Amino acid sequence: MSETNTTDEAPSYRRGGLPIWVQIIVWIVLLGLLAMAAFALANLQKGAVKTGDAIPNFTLQFFNGYEHQGKKEISMADLKGKVVVLNFWASWCIPCEQEAAPLEAAWKFYESTGQVVFIGVDYVDTEAEARMYLTKFGVSYPNAPDLQTRISPLFRISGVPETYVIDQNGKLAASQIGPFTAETQIRALVDPLLK
Amino acid sequence: MKILRFLIFIIIIAFTWITPASAQQSTPQPDDVNRVAHQLYCPVCENTPLDVCPTQACAQWRGLIRDKLAAGWTDEQIKQYFAQQYGQRVLAQPQMPLVYIVPPILLLVGLALLMMAFRAMRRQPAQVTPKTGASPTVGASPTPQSTPMDAGQDVYLSRVEEELKKRN
Repeated sequence: MSETNTTDEAPSYRRGGLPIWVQIIVWIVLLGLLAMAAFALANLQKGAVKTGDAIPNFTLQFFNGYEHQGKKEISMADLKGKVVVLNFWASWCIPCEQEAAPLEAAWKFYESTGQVVFIGVDYVDTEAEARMYLTKFGVSYPNAPDLQTRISPLFRISGVPETYVIDQNGKLAASQIGPFTAETQIRALVDPLLK
Repeated sequence: MKILRFLIFIIIIAFTWITPASAQQSTPQPDDVNRVAHQLYCPVCENTPLDVCPTQACAQWRGLIRDKLAAGWTDEQIKQYFAQQYGQRVLAQPQMPLVYIVPPILLLVGLALLMMAFRAMRRQPAQVTPKTGASPTVGASPTPQSTPMDAGQDVYLSRVEEELKKRN
């Protein structure tokens, strides 16, 4: 009898002295914070997007004067079945000027095929200077600002210029960190994707 | 005639006094630009206020601030424009009220939990009472003078006693 009493009373000790529901909430909050920190760290260590990675869908609103098939904005989902050359640039970026002419030449080469779409994404820039840049280099393929810097983090870019070639299935096929120096460099990335 | 001349003189004086004032408004001074730029951060180089950032990009943004001030925009409107263009991260002071509310709330909750824990720790030993079923042979049975530690020990000593009995 006495033995039973003694054993029954043991659970009356409350671990930590706090009610169980408070302890559960504290642990949930702590684990949540740890999970957030782990997620942020993992995201930082991911590096640039890799070949074969699926590119998430996003929408771009073109600068005035630019359009794609009569539309002022474009969604990646609309471009399935086409090769997309996505070039990140800025008017304050000197190396970007180096690749402006090769990019425009490559676009002119593929434009009539209808199989390749070139899109310029203006990374954290001022609109007036961006427009001057586009006029100066006669860029005719559609260009759009990276409003609120939402697109560049999807590619985890480390700077400009960077170019991403996306295949017909919406997966990254190739990338170029730094400027292209010749049109042939661009064609060497795009041609293998065309049937 | 004298009155007319006097009126013309007053009008001329008034014009010469007003014109520079409005011209000053349309051409913002570097201090005005820096005042706004100080409230913004460079979107390219991390943790660098726009007013001290030496890059070409920041020079362009300061130029943009100058243009907006010249157009009569307020500091707040310019900051809003930058946040819309480049995201909230360019603002030196975040606009989201949660940033200011959540940390103090968490701190208060943490303090409350600590207080609860300390109170419970003080109370806990007193709540433990030795069971009447404890063996009378145990020398450390609680008396009115016995400390809470003695009482706790007594429970375990009685259990040890029981176990020893079983083995014998």
